[in-house]
Amino acid sequence: MGVELRGEGFDPWAELQRHQAGRPQLAGKHGATSIFIGTMRDFNDGAEVQAMVLEHYPAMTRKHLQVISSEARARWDILDTLIVHRFGEIRPNDPIVLLAVWAAHRSESFPACRYLIEELKARAPFWKKEIRGTDARWVEHNTPG
Amino acid sequence: MSITVKFFASLRETVGRDEATLDAAEVRTAQQAWAAATDGREMPANTLIAINMEYASADASVSDGDEVAFFPPVTGGDGADHDGR
Repeated sequence: MGVELRGEGFDPWAELQRHQAGRPQLAGKHGATSIFIGTMRDFNDGAEVQAMVLEHYPAMTRKHLQVISSEARARWDILDTLIVHRFGEIRPNDPIVLLAVWAAHRSESFPACRYLIEELKARAPFWKKEIRGTDARWVEHNTPG
Repeated sequence: MSITVKFFASLRETVGRDEATLDAAEVRTAQQAWAAATDGREMPANTLIAINMEYASADASVSDGDEVAFFPPVTGGDGADHDGR
């Protein structure tokens, strides 16, 4: 079970390889790996967005991502999970979040991966501030799934 | 005998500070901690509260050594129309 908060950009594909390489116990056991990658777009509400700043509450964020991961493991028959989430200044096309679930079967990995992103969005203390030209504004709420 | 109060995101900017230390003998609830740390400012209706990293209500008790955080609705992950949904 991995939870990582990053202040610098990351390559989600390299993270997946690195995590899996560090878990030899998964070899031969995971028939299914479900992943979700959230990436920053360059528009919101029809306006161009140059960048955004992602603030978080480090200790609480880490704690809740660990709790959410544990809940997924209790609820579905899965082997491992990985959450990597950015904070700090983010530019369009930068990955914001990587979620991965390893399981024997997709019937377990898909719903567990969906659970991770929905619970993360609802509970993990992150806040986005958009930079539009010379203006900056806090994003007030998430969009529905 | 102290309670640490933290403010995040838009609330930090509204309140004008990111942290405050209160005398634990003077506050009993999260609501009172807010009032003491903001000079009696009204708490915005959508404010979320965490005591020692767990979500809590405004009337929840606080005690010596607690960390009480106030923040707006959370907007992490892929959401807020920034990416793939």
